[in-house]
Amino acid sequence: MPMRFLLLFSRQGKLRLQKWFTPLTDREKKKVIRDVMALVLARPPRSCNFLHWRDIKVVYKRYASLYFCTGLEDQDNELLTLEVLHRYVELLDKYFGNVCELDIIFNFEKAYYILDEFLMGGEVLETSKVAVSVSMENADTLQETMEEYMNRPAF
Amino acid sequence: MPAPIRLRELIRTIRTARTQAEEREMIQKECAAIRSSFREEDNTYRCRNVAKLLYMHMLGYPAHFGQLECLKLIASQKFTDKRIGYLGAMLLLDERQDVHLLMTNCIKNDLNHSTQYVQGLALCTLGCMGSSEMCRDLAGEVEKLLKTSNSYLRKKAALCAVHVIRKVPELMEMFLPATKNLLSEKNHGVLHTSVVLLTEMCERSPDMLAHFRKLVPQLVRILKNLIMSGYSPEHDVSGISDPFLQVRILRLLRILGKSDDDSSEAMNDILAQVATNTETSKNVGNAILYETVLTIMDIKSESGLRVLAINILGRFLLNNDKNIRYVALTSLLKTVQTDHNAVQRHRSTIVDCLKDLDVSIKRRAMELSFALVNGNNIRGMMKELLYFLDSCDPEFKADCASGVFLAAEKYAPSKRWHIDTIMRVLTTAGSYVRDDSVPNLIQLITNSVEMHAYTVQRLYKALLDDISQQPLVQVASWCIGEYGDLLVSGQCEEEEPIQVTEDEVLDVLEGLLVSNLSAAVTRGYSLTAIMKLSTRFSGVNRIKKVVSIYGSSIDVELQQRAVEYNALFKKYDHMRPALLERMPIMEKSASNGPTEIVQTNGETEPSVVDSKHPPPVSQPANQANDLLDLLGGNDVVPVIQTTVPTKPASAGGELLDLLGDLSLTIPPMTAYNKNGLKIDFTFERANPNPNVAVITIHASNSTEADMTDFVFQAAVPKTFQLQLLSPSSNVVPALNQGTVTQVIRVLNPQKQQLRMRIKLTYTLKGSPVQDLAEVNNFPPQSWQ
Repeated sequence: MPMRFLLLFSRQGKLRLQKWFTPLTDREKKKVIRDVMALVLARPPRSCNFLHWRDIKVVYKRYASLYFCTGLEDQDNELLTLEVLHRYVELLDKYFGNVCELDIIFNFEKAYYILDEFLMGGEVLETSKVAVSVSMENADTLQETMEEYMNRPAF
Repeated sequence: MPAPIRLRELIRTIRTARTQAEEREMIQKECAAIRSSFREEDNTYRCRNVAKLLYMHMLGYPAHFGQLECLKLIASQKFTDKRIGYLGAMLLLDERQDVHLLMTNCIKNDLNHSTQYVQGLALCTLGCMGSSEMCRDLAGEVEKLLKTSNSYLRKKAALCAVHVIRKVPELMEMFLPATKNLLSEKNHGVLHTSVVLLTEMCERSPDMLAHFRKLVPQLVRILKNLIMSGYSPEHDVSGISDPFLQVRILRLLRILGKSDDDSSEAMNDILAQVATNTETSKNVGNAILYETVLTIMDIKSESGLRVLAINILGRFLLNNDKNIRYVALTSLLKTVQTDHNAVQRHRSTIVDCLKDLDVSIKRRAMELSFALVNGNNIRGMMKELLYFLDSCDPEFKADCASGVFLAAEKYAPSKRWHIDTIMRVLTTAGSYVRDDSVPNLIQLITNSVEMHAYTVQRLYKALLDDISQQPLVQVASWCIGEYGDLLVSGQCEEEEPIQVTEDEVLDVLEGLLVSNLSAAVTRGYSLTAIMKLSTRFSGVNRIKKVVSIYGSSIDVELQQRAVEYNALFKKYDHMRPALLERMPIMEKSASNGPTEIVQTNGETEPSVVDSKHPPPVSQPANQANDLLDLLGGNDVVPVIQTTVPTKPASAGGELLDLLGDLSLTIPPMTAYNKNGLKIDFTFERANPNPNVAVITIHASNSTEADMTDFVFQAAVPKTFQLQLLSPSSNVVPALNQGTVTQVIRVLNPQKQQLRMRIKLTYTLKGSPVQDLAEVNNFPPQSWQ
């Protein structure tokens, strides 16, 4: 029973990252984003981190100015999902060093790469923090090699 | 052409835009530049442009023209290109697009690439958004990679296999050999993804499930190692070793142990160990406990273990952390059916959660509270639930009200309590009550015969306070219409009877008719109630006036009712008492006509249809009782319900049917002839129902003096149903100068021989006369 989607958005409702684990049309995706964002942003500060939307359980957690939000199916363990979200934040923090929203804005592709080393198809891929960091370093090195060779930044 | 601006440059620029329009302008300019660059087939800057496109896509702008470019990037040899290309594919392409199939070949090549990170990219993309066709084509490659010794690739291949199986379940068999030694891996990533793969296979196929049951000991061992092993910095989360893996193993054990005694027994010990040894101070420990509880409840665990699980949930309920309380309530809701008594022990904590500030917790607590209500705790629980109903948010009120009604119906300790509870709901949440509750409540009230006076009094008082809540007003008007006589006569036993005059009651009902707060349906209810009171109150003139006014109402429904009631006053006044009689006890079964209409046609129908049906009782109750005493009969039933044909005819039409056309196919007969009084029977068939015989009696008097106070009564055997309508007069003139006629309707569904006992009373020359007779000489055609 996997996650259906993972969204990162700011307090002002700006989307910073969207990862979809089920095939949806663009229109459907926009609807999900709009509805879930509205629900989550409307929650009072000390509510519990779970809510229901249609047939999905939505688990969200706020870290500084960003909301990390995911949709689960009925069978999934909500408490563990909070740990999954927390682990992702830790990974971002380790990679960027004291991560803040701006890091994710300007380096969104890296945020996606890190996510892809941690989750796949809505399931946890790697449970070791170290292993994910090592993979990212190696892949970046592979990329930088090309940059050095071409003598200019990748993009 | 100058080099396209860098990604970070673009992001910075767009963020300086102060309005949406400014942003849109910048984006359009950049998109145009990117499009020209794509047209020029510029290899160097392609990945830069696609990266920028992906950023703009995240802001919500269309980016479909970049799809093919992503494919080109994937095909490139540079790692940077591939990385962005695959990301773009995952964001912009999905299986709905035709172009996505073009990726298949690239992915196939990359799955066999020499660099594991490239292979990883390919596996990731396939595992996230591969379509069924792609999965079919590439399953072989994935299977190969599942057997590799490279743990980085193996774990990715495992999750990719999971995706393939989800898309194309038939391919599951293919991965079976590769699963043989997955669990002997030391690498946690591989272990975790293998457990996910095994879980997926077991969930989809009972054969696989049976096959993998033998893995239970191995899984138990792995779990044990995780718990017992010392600190492992790599996998540690707040003192717990790899909680993600622990939870996945627990879930797989749940699936394997379900409905299998041996497996369940093998995992008993480890479950007890996890349940007792896990540190609960942080969320992560509770996540594992939660999963453990779910597993214990699902497998065939011994009762001690189950009690342990419920107690853990009980402790969760007392936890300060809202998330944990929420999760506890959710799990208890799942287990309340199977372990009802155990959950009951935590009832008071659950009820306390109704007062929590958090909306999600309140909802769960409400659902669980309703599940816990039983005959023993009904009074206490209802008090809490009614208090909740008073103070909760509107989104809960409808569900809570329905829940209260259901619970009250099932477990009400007394009728009085039941009525009081209904009153409380109607007065506090009256406008949120569901529409179908109104007929159900009316039926409930009708069937609580001894509470009628009390009920109508309380409803009347509620109406005086507040007429804005429509369901309350509808039920109240119906009751006042039905039991208004009890209201004015001050007959209430349960509480202090109030002094109310007929005029005051009519004031209230008329007030409902004119009020802006009343819905159209409510107006219908009150008009009918007013009409019914014409037979229960003494002063009819006021009612006649009201009815005639509404004969020209703009509301078509009200107009129709008023016109028909008017007709009742004018032309069919002798039918009025019979038509507007008290309602009998209503059966809730679907076979009974009137109730069926109540359920399908919504609120308007009950009062309309019920009042228009020919009444089941044609004589006041006390006279029927006399008959019973006299005839001492077990085999006669003087008071019966009629199952009337359910076509919604207007009152006029049905009356016509009653009076019927005189089809003289059945010969008349003399039923009684004694002491100068002769009674003849003539027959007709009621057209819609061939089982109903309509008999008209003609009483004539051959003596010299009039027979005054003439009353004719009849009783039939149990298999028949009898209806006696009003006589034309109760004076039989002397010397055959005229006859008294009266109509009897007899329902004979079993087509048995018609028999009747009749009783005659009259006064002749000042002295009362009474006689009984049996009528057996009915012509065969009358009952065949």
